[in-house]
Amino acid sequence: MALTVEKNPEAELDTNSYLLNIGPSHPAMHGVIRIIARLDGERIEKVEDIEIGYLHRAFEKSCEQAGWNNAFPYTDRLNYVSPLINNCGYAMAVEKLLGLTVPERCEYIRVILSEISRITDHLTCIAASAMELGAFTPFIYFMKAREYLYELVEEVTGARLTVSYVRVGGVKADLPDGFLDKVNPAVDRVLDVVEEVGQLLTRNRIFIDRMKDVGAISREAAISYGFTGPLLRACGVGFDVRRSTPYHVYDKLDFDIPVGETGDNYDRYLVRMEEMRQSARIIRQAIEQIPSGAIAVTLDGQPMTGAEMVLAAEKGMTADLPFRMAVVDPTLGGTEKARKDAIKVHQPGVSLPAKEDTYGNIEGLMNHFMLIMDREGIKPPAGEAYAAVEGGNGELGFYVVSDGSGRPMRVRCRPPCFPLMAGLGEMLEGGLMADVIATFGTINMIAGELDR
Amino acid sequence: MSVASKSKTEGTILKRLAEQFGEAVVQTYDVPGDLVAIVKPEHIVEIIGWLRDEPGLEFDMLMDLCGVDYLPRRPRFEVVYNLYSVKLNHRLRVRVQLDGDNPEVATITSLYKVADWFEREVWDMFGIKFIGHPDLRRILMYDQFEGHPLRRDYPYNKRQPIVAARTRHL
Repeated sequence: MALTVEKNPEAELDTNSYLLNIGPSHPAMHGVIRIIARLDGERIEKVEDIEIGYLHRAFEKSCEQAGWNNAFPYTDRLNYVSPLINNCGYAMAVEKLLGLTVPERCEYIRVILSEISRITDHLTCIAASAMELGAFTPFIYFMKAREYLYELVEEVTGARLTVSYVRVGGVKADLPDGFLDKVNPAVDRVLDVVEEVGQLLTRNRIFIDRMKDVGAISREAAISYGFTGPLLRACGVGFDVRRSTPYHVYDKLDFDIPVGETGDNYDRYLVRMEEMRQSARIIRQAIEQIPSGAIAVTLDGQPMTGAEMVLAAEKGMTADLPFRMAVVDPTLGGTEKARKDAIKVHQPGVSLPAKEDTYGNIEGLMNHFMLIMDREGIKPPAGEAYAAVEGGNGELGFYVVSDGSGRPMRVRCRPPCFPLMAGLGEMLEGGLMADVIATFGTINMIAGELDR
Repeated sequence: MSVASKSKTEGTILKRLAEQFGEAVVQTYDVPGDLVAIVKPEHIVEIIGWLRDEPGLEFDMLMDLCGVDYLPRRPRFEVVYNLYSVKLNHRLRVRVQLDGDNPEVATITSLYKVADWFEREVWDMFGIKFIGHPDLRRILMYDQFEGHPLRRDYPYNKRQPIVAARTRHL
């Protein structure tokens, strides 16, 4: 039977606006979030609501349940693309509370790893937003480039994402031998890919049409919404925590802060591309400047395994133990006495002792246990401190409150994504339905830090 | 617009605040790297508004707004405003102390757009009510959730039943 459709030219078109629900789980949205938009045809008349919280895992509550150092694994899971920056931010807040300055080599290590993480973060953001606009090649190229950097991160921390590398008052272990020689070649390869993808995207007609003048926000609105990071800089405001409140050794390093003009998606893309080149500059300078990790300790004695040291100490044969070097498990490499003081503050109440001391003498063993035991460990004086770092998406702040005990009373994380998402509605309104994907992509929402 | 170098006015911020508001400023102190003022909650909108608009201070960005539960201390709750001036590059932390188990403080959504979401989160997590907030509902937890999880007397391991997907609006 043939299907006949009656057409009535007199009938009016349906001009009612209607609600469209996007998410919380949608193939074009990376991250669980729900946008409820009122559409007028294909145009977004009003964003009725943006619902977040689908990835809430009680980060702040969990931090209050154990010692100060035990929060690091949780911070890994905030912005999981650049966990090392989160580690540093939290450590800095607690160090501020304790009034500590970490050794210079440790500061350089943190800076190098933070900048590597910043590149991985920007790579991921641009890769995903390009892919969502149909450009699949940049995605593949950037994921490959990110892998070069993850290999570096893995070599230092033993993990790609859940690194837990930083400690209050230092880092877990020194850099592995020969690591610094591998950084520059890897960064070079990444920059080659960045240039290649730049050639694919920056002057690509389709890409420009989808990005330019889309999702723009004014400078005043961006400031009122508390935007930071690439989105604020795309509006022409040169705010960068690394420059405005320099931490670690950023004031000794020469780098530029790219700013945009219009605050649209295309400017955000350009800002991120340039920031990757600047991060590479920072890494190169830091590698030139980083002080040596070797310190003057006599280590002529024979290497000895931890088990042998403990046995010798139990029998009272401790005379030559101070001159022995511990052979440690590979996961503890870089924590030996010869390297420890360059990467951790020399304070028994904060840093774990070198493995030689833990295995070889009772003071070291007690010190170790006092720091590890529940409700013992680091005890910052009562008070509060706020410290911020420049994360991949903007100012990542930690506000920590101590009551003087071995557990934090409050760990507040100021996630850079949260204000960005608060302003998402304003960026989308008046735009086209299809632009939701482009704008949402350049925000680079990371649900891990947004919902905590 | 570039960020100015370290503000020369930073040393006088707390002094000016105390002079302007007298008794409404309970305490000011300067811990290394942080300027802090504890003010009376009744005057919070007035004070933050003045800090935002006063020439030479111009705290144009609300960097963070969070709650803290100091149980068993009285007053129990605190709301902490972390202000930043993009123009002059200085920071100030304003704390207000709120007593009682159902604390209330005036909203500052009229001053900063981002305060809307920040205050919703504090309401959600601590049950601190922001008077005058246009849309004070939960943001991270779901509507049927009972209690406010970041209060220190909310048990860490307490479980609540799984609810159906959110159906608001649609």
